[in-house]
Amino acid sequence: MILTAALGLPMLGALALAGSRRWTEHAARRFAVLVSLLSLVCLIWAWLRFDPDGALFQLVEEIPWVPSLGMGYRVGVDGIALAIATMSALLFAASIAYPVDTLGQPRQYYAWLLFLQSVSLGVFLALDLLLFYVFFDLSLVGMYFLIGRWGHGQPQISALKFFLYTFAGSLMLLLAIIGLYLSVDPYTFDMRVLIEQQPLTGTGLYAGLVFLALMLGLAIKTPLVPLHTWLPQAHVDAPGPASAILAGVLLKMGTYGMIRLPYAMMSDTFTRYAPVIAVIAVVSIVYGALVALAQRNLKRRIAYTSINHMGYTVLGIAAAAAFFDEAIAARQLALVGATVEMVAHGLITGALFLICGSFWQRTGEYALDRYGGLARKAPLLTAFTVLAAFASLGMPGLAGFVAEFQIFTGTFAVYPWLAVIGIIGILITAALFLDLLRQLFFGRLPSHLTDFPDLGRAEWGVLGILALGIVTIGVYPRFLLTLIEASSQILVGGR
Amino acid sequence: MPVGDVLPEVSLLLGAVSIVLLASFIRQHQQHWMAVLALLAVAIAVGLTFAQWNEAPRLTFSGVWALDGVAISAKLLILLAGAVAIALSPAWLWTDRRHGEYYALLLFALLGVIMMASASDSMELVVGVLLSSVAGYPLAAFHRAWTPSLEAGMKYFLIGALTNTLLVVGVVVLFGLVGTTGYTETAERLAEGRDSLALIVATACIVLGLAFKLAAFPAHAWMPDVAQGSPLPAAAFLTVIPKIGAAVALARFVSLLPADIAWRAIVAFLSVVTMTLGNLAALRQSDVRRLLGWSSVSQSGYALMAIVVVGASERALPALLVFLASYAIANLAAFAAVTHLRGRTALVDYHGLAGKAPTVAAILITALLSLVGIPPLVGFFGKLLLFEVSIAGGYAWLAFVAAVNTVISLFYYLRVAAAMMFGASDSVVHVLPGQWTRTTLMIVGLLLIIGGLGAETLMILTDSIRFAL
Repeated sequence: MILTAALGLPMLGALALAGSRRWTEHAARRFAVLVSLLSLVCLIWAWLRFDPDGALFQLVEEIPWVPSLGMGYRVGVDGIALAIATMSALLFAASIAYPVDTLGQPRQYYAWLLFLQSVSLGVFLALDLLLFYVFFDLSLVGMYFLIGRWGHGQPQISALKFFLYTFAGSLMLLLAIIGLYLSVDPYTFDMRVLIEQQPLTGTGLYAGLVFLALMLGLAIKTPLVPLHTWLPQAHVDAPGPASAILAGVLLKMGTYGMIRLPYAMMSDTFTRYAPVIAVIAVVSIVYGALVALAQRNLKRRIAYTSINHMGYTVLGIAAAAAFFDEAIAARQLALVGATVEMVAHGLITGALFLICGSFWQRTGEYALDRYGGLARKAPLLTAFTVLAAFASLGMPGLAGFVAEFQIFTGTFAVYPWLAVIGIIGILITAALFLDLLRQLFFGRLPSHLTDFPDLGRAEWGVLGILALGIVTIGVYPRFLLTLIEASSQILVGGR
Repeated sequence: MPVGDVLPEVSLLLGAVSIVLLASFIRQHQQHWMAVLALLAVAIAVGLTFAQWNEAPRLTFSGVWALDGVAISAKLLILLAGAVAIALSPAWLWTDRRHGEYYALLLFALLGVIMMASASDSMELVVGVLLSSVAGYPLAAFHRAWTPSLEAGMKYFLIGALTNTLLVVGVVVLFGLVGTTGYTETAERLAEGRDSLALIVATACIVLGLAFKLAAFPAHAWMPDVAQGSPLPAAAFLTVIPKIGAAVALARFVSLLPADIAWRAIVAFLSVVTMTLGNLAALRQSDVRRLLGWSSVSQSGYALMAIVVVGASERALPALLVFLASYAIANLAAFAAVTHLRGRTALVDYHGLAGKAPTVAAILITALLSLVGIPPLVGFFGKLLLFEVSIAGGYAWLAFVAAVNTVISLFYYLRVAAAMMFGASDSVVHVLPGQWTRTTLMIVGLLLIIGGLGAETLMILTDSIRFAL
């Protein structure tokens, strides 16, 4: 019941907000934060109950939904899903608590955020392919309305582009899911059965097509170059908290989906195509970093670093799939690294986008050259931005380093040359973040920023919690690694 | 004569006749009672249809009338969808002096569509198509003093006259080939060997005739005009109900044909062209009713996907029925919402509607998302099954084309949703008075979600349906 509570409570909260007109801005916000935190507490409790030495999927709940199709409401977690879901719930609570201008519609704004939290957690907790797809699609609907209604710039166009583009991906995913479904006997959407049976092993072209459709769908969501073009615009025009969720949670659905679907269910085919995926990942890493370096817009720059970071994750997954029964230790390291990268990127980039939101609330612009010298005006803002930026570029002692170190160590054993090229990405990221910090906080203070206020209490409170998470993972990653290693060991084939 | 086998149809007929008689006597402000009478006739027909439910599939009336799972489930769907169209009408036609007989026309059209779904004989099929068409033309043109309505009726009639003639020609050629009109004998003779060219001509003509009722390419051109110009409840009826009967009739007919005349390829071609054309034409519409008309054309294309794999994929018929049911619910919900808004049609008039009339806007958006196939709405399960049977039947490319089309369709459905959610306006929202449309709208709107969460019911009802042949 604990997982159902985690994803059901925000949905009920959303309905409560949507159903009554009597919410004030303050009450709606407090209520949404409370519900979101309750959901987080449920997941933490699930974490405490999770047994790292136990079966792959635990805390399983199953209710038949459309049994004649083999579809059911099946939820359950392995360590990977639990880690990402908990990070997502934390980021949602942070984004909901982050102060933002709700344009006179607080009730609807918080209702959509809670709805999005519910369906996003659903994606990570689902153990049924079709249920996974249901939540995957609903997350698009929620994000569409959030960007379209509360965005700035050209929000409707960005929202439409985001929805159309990612919906095309999710339809590819649907076709692939049906392909997987038709390959087991009796037909079922139960992920556990599919993972156990590996039904597409040795089916040649059919498996190749299913794999292609799956990867296309997930690569659009991740996004991998060259399918990333929806991302910058959606990010720039979305309100700050929505961008944080888009980068921190929705992008993870792509990489999490890669681990959960193609990696676990058709490991044979994935092994065959792993070098291709790895090359695409390295291209994403380098391309994302280079394009980010060229951006003169604060939010666009951070948006492009997401492409770079998701590239690391995909590289880790591809390395983990590289061989069948060899180099188990290295492959496991890569898979653990990929998962930690997802958690770390969620917290770090989430924090960075929330900071972007604070900039927008204060000045209404993202152009980097309109800023400068803010270090003395806004020391708190400076401190948090510096911390998040350093974490993002992989400074040891912070979360990003743990992830990237494991990914590159694992990849080095498998694809040494790709690892070497990928490291260039880290170098460029370091350059672009240092440049970003320089432009924002150092140099001369422009005259129009003389009354730039520092972070408010709500803002630094939220950022403080995210920063605490980033530092904790960096200094004491064991609590996270125990959880993830247990599951990745089974997935890689070491147990 | 086994009259007991057609009791549902008899009740519709009696209802229609008594409405015609009564409507000529009673006053204008009492004419809406004819809607109650029509609903009563439909309710009795539904009850009698349920009584037929558990019987083994069989043919009756010397083999011309099918009583099988496909016919009965289609009949239920037709009757329930018809009831929604009837319930939408009284408030809309309140000011019409003679709207009593409108309900008789609706019942006659329902009867014709049921005949199409149940016909197991080509002559019977012709009668069904003609009856539903003849009753449909005046429905489309029922606003007798309003030019767009007359234009819609005229367009509907002209295309209908042409294609109905072709249908009759096809049936005659088929009769010349096999010497019988009954489907059972036709299938036997065709299996023995035949003149392929003549059979192709006959098939082409019959498919064209049914394409008209289905609003599929190349006989689709009436659909947008009817959706835009006809009385809105009649448009709701004509965009949904004939489609159900025609799809079942087409599936029943093509399953007789031998494989070597490549009917699967023909239907697949029509399916692709219909869905693509409908979606492309809907893209730039700035008129919501017309947009719904084009969307309805594209949905016919999806329905044809299931017909392509009839006999090749075991779940093809259940998929067809579930898709038609999900389409009927979503399309009726969309039309009910527009009807409730007094037929407001220009997209600019929808700006900011979500703030003014949140419930209606929510139902309309949900209906449009269901037409796209966003889970867990009922439309998702319809599309899921279509994709599944296409892939299982070896037509994965068709599923891919449909997926691409679905993305295209999302664009124009979202245009409407975006106008309502993100637009701003300070005009007053006028809605139809009374409880008729409001209640209907609520019920159909709820069905969008209940149908999705309770999709298992739809699955069980259609799980084992097959043709009696």
